[in-house]
Formats: sequence, C-alpha cells, structure tokens
Amino acid sequence: MSEHFRQILSSILEGLNATIWAALGGIALTVVLSFVAGLALLSPVRLVRFVSRLYVEVFRGTSEVVQLFWLYFVLPALVGFKLVPLFAGILVLGLNHGAYGAEIVRGAVNSVPRAQYEGAVALNLTPAQRMFRVLLPQAVVEMLPPFNNLFIQLLKSTALLSFISAGEITERGELLRPVFGSEIVTIYGIELVLYLLLAVVITVIMRALERVGARRLGRTPVKRNLRGKALETAGR
Amino acid sequence: MDWDWNNAADSIPLLLKGLVVTLELTLLGSLVAYVLGVVFALVRRGGIPVVSQLVYLFVEFVRSTPLLIQVFVLYYLLPPTTGIKMSPFVTGVIALGVHYACYTAEVYRAGIEAVPKGQWEAATALSLPRRRVWTGVILPQAVPRVLPALGNYTISMFKETPLLLAIGVVDVLSSAKAVGAETFRVVEPYTIAGILFLLISYPASIIVRRLERRVGQL
Repeated sequence: MSEHFRQILSSILEGLNATIWAALGGIALTVVLSFVAGLALLSPVRLVRFVSRLYVEVFRGTSEVVQLFWLYFVLPALVGFKLVPLFAGILVLGLNHGAYGAEIVRGAVNSVPRAQYEGAVALNLTPAQRMFRVLLPQAVVEMLPPFNNLFIQLLKSTALLSFISAGEITERGELLRPVFGSEIVTIYGIELVLYLLLAVVITVIMRALERVGARRLGRTPVKRNLRGKALETAGR
Repeated sequence: MDWDWNNAADSIPLLLKGLVVTLELTLLGSLVAYVLGVVFALVRRGGIPVVSQLVYLFVEFVRSTPLLIQVFVLYYLLPPTTGIKMSPFVTGVIALGVHYACYTAEVYRAGIEAVPKGQWEAATALSLPRRRVWTGVILPQAVPRVLPALGNYTISMFKETPLLLAIGVVDVLSSAKAVGAETFRVVEPYTIAGILFLLISYPASIIVRRLERRVGQL
C-alpha cells in the first residue's frame, strides 16, 4: 500500500457526496421523465406522441457529452445565467437516460398480455383506471431489470461531470494525479472500487424491489445471476 | 447572444474534420469490440477452469465502471507501469474496443444460445464434422440474430467517443471547443456538433430497427 494512501482516499471520498447526489438526482429525474414520456408515447393523441418521440430521439441521438457541454456552456450564453455544475449534471443525466427509460416504459406496457386490457375494458374501467390499476402495476415489474441496467449506465455517466467541475469522484482523482504522480495505481484503484460498490448497491436495491413487485403480483420471483440474467431459462 | 450564421459557416469545416476522426474511432473501436467479443464469448464457453472465471470477472468489472476512468487508466497508468505508450487516438480505439467487447461478448453468447437445441442434435445425428456444424448450421442462424445488437452498440460507441477529448483526441466536440475558444462564440459550434451526432445516429438507428424487425421474422 502506498504511503499516501490515507490522504488520497480521504481526498477522493470528498467527491463521493457529489457522485451520489448526481446519481440519485439523475435517477429520480430519469424515472419521472421515463414515465411521462413513455406514457406519452402510448397516447391516443397524435401531437402528444409526436412531442414525446421528438424528445426521445433528440436525447438518444445526440451524444450525452455534447448535451452536457451544451447545457453548461451554451445555455448561459443564450439565457444569461449559469447553472450550478452539479445541477446541470443532474439535468443532463436525467434528460438523457429518461429518453432511454421512456422506451422501457412503452415496451413494458405493450408487453402486458392483451387479455388484461380487454378484461379492463369489459369491466368498464375508465382509460385512466385501465392504465394505472391494471396495466402499469403489471408492467412496472417487467421494467425493473432494464431500469437496473439503465441506472448503472447513469452511475457510470456521472464520471462525465468531471468535465464541468462538479467535484465528483473522477474529478477529485484528476486533481490528485499531478500531485501524487507516482501513485496513480492507488488513485484509479480507489475510484474504480467506489464505482463498483455503488453499482452493487444499485443492483441489490433493484433486486429487492423486483422480489417485492413479483410477490405483490403473486408470482414467484425469478432467480437471477449477477448480471441479471434469469437462471431458469438459461437451460444448458 | 443569438445565432450567428457566419460563425456557424466558418466552424463547419473544422467540425467535419473532427467528425471524420470520431467516425474513424467508432469504426476501429467497433472492429476491436466485435473481434474481442468473440474471443471473450469463446473463452467463457470453452469453460477452461481459471481463465473462464477471470474473463467473467473482467467483463463484469469493465461493465460496472465508467469508460472515462478506463481511458485514464490506459493513458496515464500503462506507460509508467508497463512501458507501453500509446497515442491518444490508439488509446481511444483500445479503450472503446475493450469496453464494448464486454457487451458484445454477451450478444454473441445469447445469439449462439438462441439457436434451438434440435439444430445441434440434428448436426450431430448427421455426424457433420465440428467445423461444418459451426460454419454450416450454427453460425448462419446465429449471425443474423446478432447483427442488430452489434449495430446498436456501435451507435452507442459513436455517441460516447467525445469523452476522449479528456486525453486530447481531436474529435467533433473538441473541435467545437477549439472553435469556441478562438471566436468566443460557443452557441454555434456546440449546437452544430449535436446536430452532426443526430444526423448520423438517427438514420443509423432506423436502419438497425429495420434489421431488428427483419430478424424478428426469422
């Protein structure tokens, strides 16, 4: 272990807060946008579908790094005020991953068996009741594994916030590099372990939610391996 | 500050030059990812005791940590520890390639597994030689299923290349940055950079979606 290990560790840990806030904020915004845009993609109104599709394609089609630069460097030139780096970062993480999440929501709702929809129509439920009491509760359970992957992507993307000096882990490490040049192994080792741990935390929470969700639907939870692949269907 | 057409027009040649670099990175990176992914998938499938587990751990590790830090590791950590010094461009290609190989490995595995068991059994019953089983039976069915997923990863890679400006690769975004620094106008170059990404990745994703639908009918 290197002689400055403690010093390096404590300095990088100062960035942990920003990384966690960026990830949590990004995830919260992602969830909200995913449901709003995802349900809008299923709307019977053409204009609503179009607006949502535009949002999804623009944010999936332009690079996340470009979006970050745009929001942080271009927007101030257009509107005259600058966003706090961490806030700008959360906004980009949420907007970008929300566009991917919208497709997850749309796909999951579409994958609910058609008979469920027909049953809800036969019971004379209103469209809102149909969606929120019949289709969504079943779809949400299907969304959890893909959302898990999306949240891990989002966590990894928080490293990009070092470009706008949001003070998170990666930036702390880059500030240390010129000072402790001979101990780069320690610096990057600590960073990688921290990201790995945070990814495990996200996965553990999502798995727990998946089990709760499956139980509430009266299904047996699917056993999965580390990566989230269902074990039973592997069949080999 | 509003849109300045002159600055926009002036910045386009430089941005296009950057775009060529971005495309080169994406193409070469994809090539590495496609080939290395096969290697990873075969090693995992081969089940050589320790090697197979090591590859599994490596793949999981790479998939759970940021690409940006992996780029830094390759660029700043390799030279002092191993003596291997690479240019930013080569570092970028390898970082992108290895990172995405950890995703394509899974694509190949799933593609091979999607070939029904009966196909293997039939090939065995016909006592085809091992090589014919792969080239004549399994691969022709697995490859079309794999293509859309590989295409999607190439598109993702394309959109992730700008982060290489951190080690000094002169791509679209860093060209935009250079224009901005020179003219003190950031609106046009960054906006055009975004539009360039959209112009390439949107049609590409439409093609992949078509391909997906076609494969779905197999």
